[in-house]
Amino acid sequence: MSSPEPRARAVARLIAGTPAVVSLVGALLLTTLVMLAVGVDPGLAYPALLRGAFMDGNLEYTLAAYVPTLGMAVAFAIPFRAGEFNLGGDGQLALGGITAAALALSTGGAGSFVLPLIGAALAGALLAALSAPLHTRLGIPAIVSTLLLSVPAVSLASYLARFPLAEQGTGLAQTPLLPLAAHLPSLGASTYVTIGLPLVAVLTVLWLLADARTVPGYEIRALGANREFARYGGVRVSRLTALTLAAGGAFGGLVGGLIVLGAPYRFVDGALTAPGYTFTAIAAVLLAAGRPLAVPVTVALLTILQAGGQGMEREAGVPSQLTQIVQGLIIVIVAVAAVAKARPSRRPA
Amino acid sequence: MTTFLAAVLTATAPVVLAALGGLLCSVSGVFNMALEGQLLWGAFTAVLFSHLTGSAWLGVAGAVLCTTLYALLLSVPAVTFRADPVVVAVGTNLLALGLTAFLMRQIFGSGGTFSSPELAGLPTLAALGLDAPVAGSQSPLVPVAFLLVAAAAWWLGHARSGLRLRGIGQHAEAAESIGLRVPLYRHAAVLGAGALCGLGGAQLALGNVTLFSEGMSAGRGWVAVVAVMLAGSRPWLGLAACLLFGAAEALGFRLQGLGLPQQAADAAPYLITLLALVVVAAARRKEAPV
Repeated sequence: MSSPEPRARAVARLIAGTPAVVSLVGALLLTTLVMLAVGVDPGLAYPALLRGAFMDGNLEYTLAAYVPTLGMAVAFAIPFRAGEFNLGGDGQLALGGITAAALALSTGGAGSFVLPLIGAALAGALLAALSAPLHTRLGIPAIVSTLLLSVPAVSLASYLARFPLAEQGTGLAQTPLLPLAAHLPSLGASTYVTIGLPLVAVLTVLWLLADARTVPGYEIRALGANREFARYGGVRVSRLTALTLAAGGAFGGLVGGLIVLGAPYRFVDGALTAPGYTFTAIAAVLLAAGRPLAVPVTVALLTILQAGGQGMEREAGVPSQLTQIVQGLIIVIVAVAAVAKARPSRRPA
Repeated sequence: MTTFLAAVLTATAPVVLAALGGLLCSVSGVFNMALEGQLLWGAFTAVLFSHLTGSAWLGVAGAVLCTTLYALLLSVPAVTFRADPVVVAVGTNLLALGLTAFLMRQIFGSGGTFSSPELAGLPTLAALGLDAPVAGSQSPLVPVAFLLVAAAAWWLGHARSGLRLRGIGQHAEAAESIGLRVPLYRHAAVLGAGALCGLGGAQLALGNVTLFSEGMSAGRGWVAVVAVMLAGSRPWLGLAACLLFGAAEALGFRLQGLGLPQQAADAAPYLITLLALVVVAAARRKEAPV
């Protein structure tokens, strides 16, 4: 960059060259190709996607979906910074959700929404923290243990919602309506956008600050960059691994609690995991390509895509799973782009 | 007892095939976590081709071909571009989930579960004239799965190319220095795993049952990953791990009939798999403390 390039052009080039933009453009191109391949007119599908995300009162749902996705993104990102994959988000969500429901029901709402949320975060943290000693003591990667623990956790929550905590006499797999005192207060006139939004936003900012400006944040990044070097440098690896997994799990559990304490104010079996927040969030974090500050933005992009997908399904008849295809492709392209960026000139094999 | 053993074999076969593929990759030095998505893709394409052609065997062939091609999504980024295979696998697993659900709606016109009287399932061995107490109710792919384990065990231990594959996994530079083309072997291993997952998916969708439902791989690919971790480079050990999983699944199914909640039956295979992993890892630690 020795030649005095016009500033705007240099900035534009810089932005265009980031892995996030490269992969997003690549993914959109591929999505368009998929649309064309299955005979869908992109000229119809994309406007339907945007309307589905923003217009006709859909903005409220998009905003409501942003909160759990952002929370799950942080749940994945915290351990990811330390080099651990938390793929157990679904289990943490479900366990947090059922814990919040159980606490709200058993206290009759006496703990308002605060106690159930704390319980939810603790439940998620405990579940995720189980994976820490499995890695640090036994060498079982967290990517495997979090996932294997996730299935039983989802099953446990499902069992509790169907039997001990089930609403009597309806035969539906759900808990009774939670006491009014435990409902999350809404923001403004919206039913679906609750104080969960500012809560998750504040917690995300706290994480961003901790990651960038504190000693544990630095140590976590060092751990993720080079485990042995971090150990040599005096980082307490086992403790920090447990801390990051627990913190990630706490976010997952909290999100579960937030969903259950929001409309329709009960734990409905399968409702927490069905929207696929966990993997949308993982795609968003990977898309951010190691820049935590980009996470809220990539989460927004993928939430819009996800929410818009529903509109696309209604209007253009394109199955909304198209967005899942895009997310999968994004992850693959990001993985390649990350290496291409790190090694601009490929050395001979 | 014979029905229980038969149920164990049926539950084990798809996992064994996927695990065998994962093992070939792991031996060559590629950590393959894409088995889950490939099993699902294999199951879908098996049903698709069986439905289109009316022949279960063409369904199997279609699944093997399509899943081998699908494995290119892992092999090209991970081997050619040296991208992180774990991240790529997370992507291809998610892609398989979306792609199968999407294509299912586009092609069969509905989501959830697809089955049709026109869908040809694999015949049982008994129907082919090979009736035996436990084996008779199995599809021909079940004995094929176990034979492939034996073949792989022999190949990795005795054949020149199998030994070379192991050498590449142990020390890629050394293997390169004697003129082996490392990427070629690794591509072959990843694509071979794709073919095996195609076979496993076909067994899942046309052998165990005759239908496709969204997400029907249901974590079996992850169990296969665990089996690979347990097995190291010994296929027989991987088979044992898969049998343990199959037994847990069959037992859970059996106990469900006796009043155990379905959720416990769903969870049991994963807990038992994890437990086995913990026990073996702890034993290995004791043998060689780090």
